[in-house]
Amino acid sequence: MAIVSKVLRYIKKYRFFVILSLALAAVTVALTLYLPILTGNAVDLILGKGQVDFDAIFAILKQMAIIMVITAIAQWIMGLCNNHITYYVVRDIREKAFEKLEILPLKYIDGHSYGEIVSRIIADADQFADGLLMGFTQLFSGVITILGTLLFMLSINIRITLVVVIITPVSLFVAAFIAKRTYSMFHLQSSTRGEQTALIEEVIGNQKVVQAYQQEENYTKKFDEINKRLETCSLKAIFYSSITNPATRFVNSLVYAGVGITGAISAIYGGISVGQLSCFLSYANQYTKPFNEISGVITELQNALACAARIFDLIEEEPQKPDDSDASILDHVNGTIDLANVSFSYVKEVPLIKNFNLHVNPGQRIAIVGPTGCGKTTLINLLMRFYDVNSGNILIDNNSIYHITRESLRKQYGMVLQETWLRHGTVKENIIMGKPYATQEEILKAAKASHADSFIRRLPNGYDTIIGEDGGSLSQGQKQLLCITRVMLCLPPMLILDEATSSIDTRTELKIQEAFAKMMEGRTSFIVAHRLSTIQSADIILVMKDGNIIEQGNHETLIKQGGFYAKLYQSQFA
Amino acid sequence: MGKLLIYLRDYKKESILGPLFKLLEASFELIVPLVMAAIIDTGIANQDKGYVFQYGIILILLGLIGLICSITAQYFAAKAAVGFSTKLRHALFTHIEGLSFQEIDTVGTSTLITRMTSDINQVQSGVNLTLRLFLRSPFIVFGAMIMAFTIDFKAALIFVVAIPLLSIVVFTVMLVSIPIYKKVQSCLDHVLLLTRENLTGARVIRAFHKEEEEYKRFLDKNGQLTSLQMFVGSITALTNPITYVIINGAIILLIYTGAIQVNIGNLTQGQVVALVNYMSQILVELIKLANLIVSMTKAFACANRVQSIFEIECSIKEKSKKGIEDASLQKNFSSMKTIVPAIEFQKVCLTYQNAGEEALTDLNFTVNKGQTIGIIGGTGSGKSSLVHLIARYYDVSKGQVLINGEDVRDYPLDMLRRKVGIVMQKAVLFQGSLRDNLKWGKEDATEEEMWHALELSQAKEFVLTKEGGLDFIISQGGKNLSGGQKQRLTIARALIRKPEILILDDSASALDFATDAKLRAAIKTIGKEMTVFIVSQRASSIQYADQILVLDDGQIVGKGKHEELLENCKVYQEIYYSQFPKQATSY
Repeated sequence: MAIVSKVLRYIKKYRFFVILSLALAAVTVALTLYLPILTGNAVDLILGKGQVDFDAIFAILKQMAIIMVITAIAQWIMGLCNNHITYYVVRDIREKAFEKLEILPLKYIDGHSYGEIVSRIIADADQFADGLLMGFTQLFSGVITILGTLLFMLSINIRITLVVVIITPVSLFVAAFIAKRTYSMFHLQSSTRGEQTALIEEVIGNQKVVQAYQQEENYTKKFDEINKRLETCSLKAIFYSSITNPATRFVNSLVYAGVGITGAISAIYGGISVGQLSCFLSYANQYTKPFNEISGVITELQNALACAARIFDLIEEEPQKPDDSDASILDHVNGTIDLANVSFSYVKEVPLIKNFNLHVNPGQRIAIVGPTGCGKTTLINLLMRFYDVNSGNILIDNNSIYHITRESLRKQYGMVLQETWLRHGTVKENIIMGKPYATQEEILKAAKASHADSFIRRLPNGYDTIIGEDGGSLSQGQKQLLCITRVMLCLPPMLILDEATSSIDTRTELKIQEAFAKMMEGRTSFIVAHRLSTIQSADIILVMKDGNIIEQGNHETLIKQGGFYAKLYQSQFA
Repeated sequence: MGKLLIYLRDYKKESILGPLFKLLEASFELIVPLVMAAIIDTGIANQDKGYVFQYGIILILLGLIGLICSITAQYFAAKAAVGFSTKLRHALFTHIEGLSFQEIDTVGTSTLITRMTSDINQVQSGVNLTLRLFLRSPFIVFGAMIMAFTIDFKAALIFVVAIPLLSIVVFTVMLVSIPIYKKVQSCLDHVLLLTRENLTGARVIRAFHKEEEEYKRFLDKNGQLTSLQMFVGSITALTNPITYVIINGAIILLIYTGAIQVNIGNLTQGQVVALVNYMSQILVELIKLANLIVSMTKAFACANRVQSIFEIECSIKEKSKKGIEDASLQKNFSSMKTIVPAIEFQKVCLTYQNAGEEALTDLNFTVNKGQTIGIIGGTGSGKSSLVHLIARYYDVSKGQVLINGEDVRDYPLDMLRRKVGIVMQKAVLFQGSLRDNLKWGKEDATEEEMWHALELSQAKEFVLTKEGGLDFIISQGGKNLSGGQKQRLTIARALIRKPEILILDDSASALDFATDAKLRAAIKTIGKEMTVFIVSQRASSIQYADQILVLDDGQIVGKGKHEELLENCKVYQEIYYSQFPKQATSY
């Protein structure tokens, strides 16, 4: 029920439409219940040969036509209202979920499969929309029909009405019973679907590797295993929930039989007339029908709620710590960076960086070296505040980075990562990410500096070529060139280059290095690299191993120390 | 849509029994008024309480039978629908797996995912609803019309006009909205794409503080989706009111003609009531149907989208089985008779789909078994394209690639790819234990073989430190490993199968020089049988190769050993000296 109230909170915004929809439902129901009475009146005027009152009939038929048109219009507008409510609520929920995505700690994103998160925002939201729409269209008019017919029946006979009123709710009870049992099945279905989406995402996203190792069959097996489980739990969920409708209809036939028997017996004792009985039966039918529909809707709603629960889980996930309300905005930094007693670990049990201290003067170049997998990128995660330190502090120009806005902090850095990321869009769009209003000349200048210009020109539409998801058919090196261009364009005061040129050929790299060198002048830069020349000329070299910084100093002092760095250095020429 | 129906083939029984039981249930429903009539006519008229109770019990029994029929129908319908979608999903999955790189590059991952998931779900509920209700409605509609004819021919003609009119409304709404629903789904693709991008690019987006802009982008796309949904919703919302008008119009006409007929004595009052009742019955059914149409239309649109993926043919086709057998027989024969080069490129050209220029132009070279070939060249010079041709990930547009003297197109794909161990640029590992990932290379790999491969790929050391060793669980996309660790594991995965041809496609880029050197030394120890291709940016990685191919702009501009190339290949010289400035070499 907690979920229902959450959904209601989203609906609240559209209460005008809800009220309108309810009002129109009332109008529609009243008129649809009234129309048969008019029909009956008309039929009563057709008594037999030569006994037809045409004038009166025409009057009634005219009334019928008017009512019919009003009903149709009311119905249509009601439909529009319901669409409006449903689609806007789902839109709002999707937006909320996406908004959350932007402020979730990276820890959450790194720790969850993309496919699963995607499945929540896309598939679950979709199912939720379907359920909600069904709910609105049928629940409203259903409830009002029940109330309307109840009034009509009470006006005929109270005792028989009681029979109806007492037996009918049994169907709701049955429906609720089934709903309760099937909720968990729907939940299972939805999470199995999530699991399947994750697998699909993994396999289709990396199809090239799958094919290279002929794992198609293997993954088909895995897929089939999940598919089989999905089949079983879907069948259960769909079947058990679809029992609701027949079950409630059975209750209705009990109602019908009950009215028939009690009605017939009262008729025998002269309590009501035969005409009233048949009228009563038809209303009893009208009265119970919405109960069927409602129970059908309940099935849909359950599914919808199970899906909604999964989206709400995401929406309610704890976001990253928001910026302090009095967080200052960092502007024009010199580039002094201090790490004071920094400790950090991804997992509590495995401490990674312990009591680390570092002072960097403006314009210094810091190279981070170490064997593969020693945690070089961890430092970058901390500097950019993708992750927060466990204890200690990081200061830029003597401002703690935890007391300034993330935006202004990150603005100070230009970052190129080894793992490139490009979006679906034109080359130009990808380059101007950091500087949306860059002029064509600025773009060209940046692209020339990064030596991306020549390959971009060779693309079918030059700078306006649309590149596919994740760079599409560009090579890894070309993607890196674009990412470098991106940073060259906005020239922030500090740089982070994480193996930024690892996939670029050395000839081009050498040329880019010149541009980098120019760019790094006067800018504090952190460089993760394996290229000797880059490391050698750094002001501070941090040597990392197993997540710890084990040596620190410039090239000469470290070589003299004869420690790990010296060994590493010599091995390159072995 | 039609073609997808073959996946219902195995559920013929269910697809027939489902609607059948539904009709049975409907028929029992039609008997109920007759029983009631008997209670009124006989029970009340004769003041016979016993009779009333007796028939009351019959009413309950009818309800019970209806319940059983209906549950059976629901079961068969659900079974057929779920079974159908399971089979469809399986078929689509294997179809997508069979597509070549070329098609996947063009179609895109996001849309493939929506089609596998959301589209198929929609089709499933469409099938389920159709089996449950779609047949019942025409049955009752036409049943009512036939009943009308038994009463009065002229009045029944109103039915004959009304029913086609209703069908026109229903089908027009469907026809108009199907293409719009298709658009809705493709809008959904966009929303999915954005969501995925924001997950994969979380770091970059935050680094450029683009969160708000991304959010706005999402608002825009999501808004588009919503307004399309609203638009198509307003069209389908017309169905109910229009049918309501048509039917009540027909009722008005019925009363009018009825009145005339009664007036001249052709009909009785009761018969008019019956005619009106039949018309109302149609209305009730059509309202049920209208609710269905939304789901049906959606299902149609989605089915078309699924179908369109099935229609994408894999551009890389195996020869017919017969041809393959002949070819492989021949191959065995020829490899016994003479010594042929392990790999030969003859005038090979490659043009990618939708690309203007050739990616590779007129490549010619031969490689003998056991040789190590270094491939070096600038970014985008075609190094990866070249090695991709060996395992036939793309087909050449001109020329021939021969392995052991046979055109790669004559090999069964599976056999060809088993010969080749390729380590791609982007290190990709899959969710599961480290052991499972290694088994990709060789299904029945023993513990020893695994450790050996890990040792060769310089991964043993760090694997030993991982919790559980071989049983260490790699999370999706290998997120709990560093780039270098992933690369070494992907190399181990290739080595474990002891391939005839090993291709390292710039796969040591994240390794430091020391590890890289150790790796190459280790690969050398594997044996003389394996032909090795090393694609690299680093001159040091390839300088000891038996043959070095220097690529520039898709062409081979140098071929030979390190010393030769250093003397006579300008591009090679540039590359080499860019990495080993003279003072560094003299160090």
